[in-house]
Amino acid sequence: MPPDRSRLLRPQPVLALLAVLAVACIVVFMTIDARGKWSFVLTFRGTKVAAMVLVAYAVAVSTVLFQTITSNRILTPSVMGFDLLYRLIQSALVAGLGAGAVVQLDPRLRFGCEVAAMLLFSGLLYRWLFFGGRRSLHLLMLVGIVFGVLFRSLTAFLQRIIDPNEFLVVQDRMFASFNRVDGSLLAVSAVIVLAVSVVGWRWIRTFDVLALGREAAINLGIDHQRAVMGILVLVAILVSVSTALVGPVTFFGLLVANLAYLLIRSHQHRFILPAAVLVAVVTLVGGQLVLERVFAFNSALSIVIEFVGGLFFLFILVRGSTR
Amino acid sequence: MRPLIPAAAAVGALAVASLFIGVGDLPVGALLAGAPSDEAVQLLLVSRIPRTLALVLAGAAMAVSGLILQMLARNKFVEPSTAGTSESAIFGMTLTTLLLPDIPVLARMLVAGGFALGGTGLFLAILRQVPLRSPLVVPLVGIMLGGVITAMTEFIAYRYDLMQSVRAWETGDFSGVLRGRYELLWIGFVLTGMAYVAADRFTVAGLGQDFTTNLGLNYRRVLSLGLTIVSLVTAAVIATCGMIPFLGLIVPNVVSLLLGDNMRRSLPWVTLLGAGLVLACDMLGRIVIHPYEIPIGTMMGVIGSGLFLYLLLRKNSHAA
Repeated sequence: MPPDRSRLLRPQPVLALLAVLAVACIVVFMTIDARGKWSFVLTFRGTKVAAMVLVAYAVAVSTVLFQTITSNRILTPSVMGFDLLYRLIQSALVAGLGAGAVVQLDPRLRFGCEVAAMLLFSGLLYRWLFFGGRRSLHLLMLVGIVFGVLFRSLTAFLQRIIDPNEFLVVQDRMFASFNRVDGSLLAVSAVIVLAVSVVGWRWIRTFDVLALGREAAINLGIDHQRAVMGILVLVAILVSVSTALVGPVTFFGLLVANLAYLLIRSHQHRFILPAAVLVAVVTLVGGQLVLERVFAFNSALSIVIEFVGGLFFLFILVRGSTR
Repeated sequence: MRPLIPAAAAVGALAVASLFIGVGDLPVGALLAGAPSDEAVQLLLVSRIPRTLALVLAGAAMAVSGLILQMLARNKFVEPSTAGTSESAIFGMTLTTLLLPDIPVLARMLVAGGFALGGTGLFLAILRQVPLRSPLVVPLVGIMLGGVITAMTEFIAYRYDLMQSVRAWETGDFSGVLRGRYELLWIGFVLTGMAYVAADRFTVAGLGQDFTTNLGLNYRRVLSLGLTIVSLVTAAVIATCGMIPFLGLIVPNVVSLLLGDNMRRSLPWVTLLGAGLVLACDMLGRIVIHPYEIPIGTMMGVIGSGLFLYLLLRKNSHAA
């Protein structure tokens, strides 16, 4: 990258611009076309915005950190089978209890079980691979993917034996949606995400060193295995919480992380992480705004973002800007 | 070549056994005595024989496709479902179902084959641009590519209520195979035959472009031939019975562990083992929850994941 260009695009102004854009999106989203009582409008839309911001944060941070430890910009943590496990849990619930019972199930109970199942899965996976004397991240990811195929096979089987009407209930849960987020779950998720962030913030300089690669990081005095393990745990918590809250999003993280790398000409995580989060907020809130007001599409934001994210992914791959 | 004969006999025995497993009753004694009821003959001709043929053809063709793809991508962890091929074919099937619902199955399969070719070509083009090719990164790229294409398929399927059709193509299942519904797979048979003829060329292509050109072969032509075979076979299998995950990965790897990488020598084994594994899995799926059945996509998903994990976690997996 030529030096004059990097001076032109310093990280701070870009971050400020993104922050203004994000706030503008949120304000417009909260106030546009508001009719009736403000207290109702603000609470109703506030929950939705809060859910979007929370998910934007969790997905952006987890993807950037995951790409840092894998030194690969085309991977997301969800390749490791999280969303497929989530789909399996949903299908198993409907197959086991029936769609009616699933709809009536206490959302807090279901949320707790889903997060616990996903954390248990990733915990076992990490433990098994990292303490078995084999320490390749690529191996870890492939094993995660293979488990993903296993989950998908079981899900497909369950879906075949479910009544088509009940299948519709599962199908709705297969895609992320911000319209049915429960307020109390949101609070719990926010507390978890905040706690994780406080822990993670203390490592922010470690992230920069880890991004140099395994050998360099070890030479610079980092306990590489411990640091990677710590990040993997952070990532697992963030992904599990956001998936259990709104449903699976796969390529969204890829989209926002790569946009952040494009916008921020710096390798420091204290710039890249906030940039990715802000890009994610703008994409989610702004996207929902456009879809609701312009296209009158209601619940399909996540599918559109997956689609756009997928196209963007192909674009960066073909352009060869992968590392 | 001698041990091939008992192996072929074993697969033949599996095929015969497959004829007699199912919900409908097929009296073996009456068949042997030469006085079967009309019903039994009908059952045999309309359902059991087509299903068994479909299993053998699909199994052999998918296993050979996996082998060819591994040669061309020069990576042991590649097969149609880890290279974007299957996902692209399903994308093509979804689009034709939506835009041209009345075209014949053969035309739909050809369109799907075209999409599969495009997707696999894209995968290979991407691989050429990824500088550090650790053996494990190659399937990761392919799986991410497949994920993107699946996201696009699901976007369309969700908007137009085609999700359950897409799920049916994603899960291999032979229970719907009847006379008149499996004949596309003979195309796979012809293509597998072509793979036999061109086996030595693929072996050479597996050594790389420069080496191939030095030996006086047109690398691009070998590459296009291989990709065309793999794409059309994948499309034919998906159009008939849906995706069978891992088959093209497990079989060639097991054969290569035992026999090495000369394709001319391993091809007969890959063909036999592919057919045998599919027959065995399908029969197991029919027996386990009799009188219902577990689709082969699920059986292979479970058994194949286990075998793949074994291949990945073997002590010297980097040699693979």
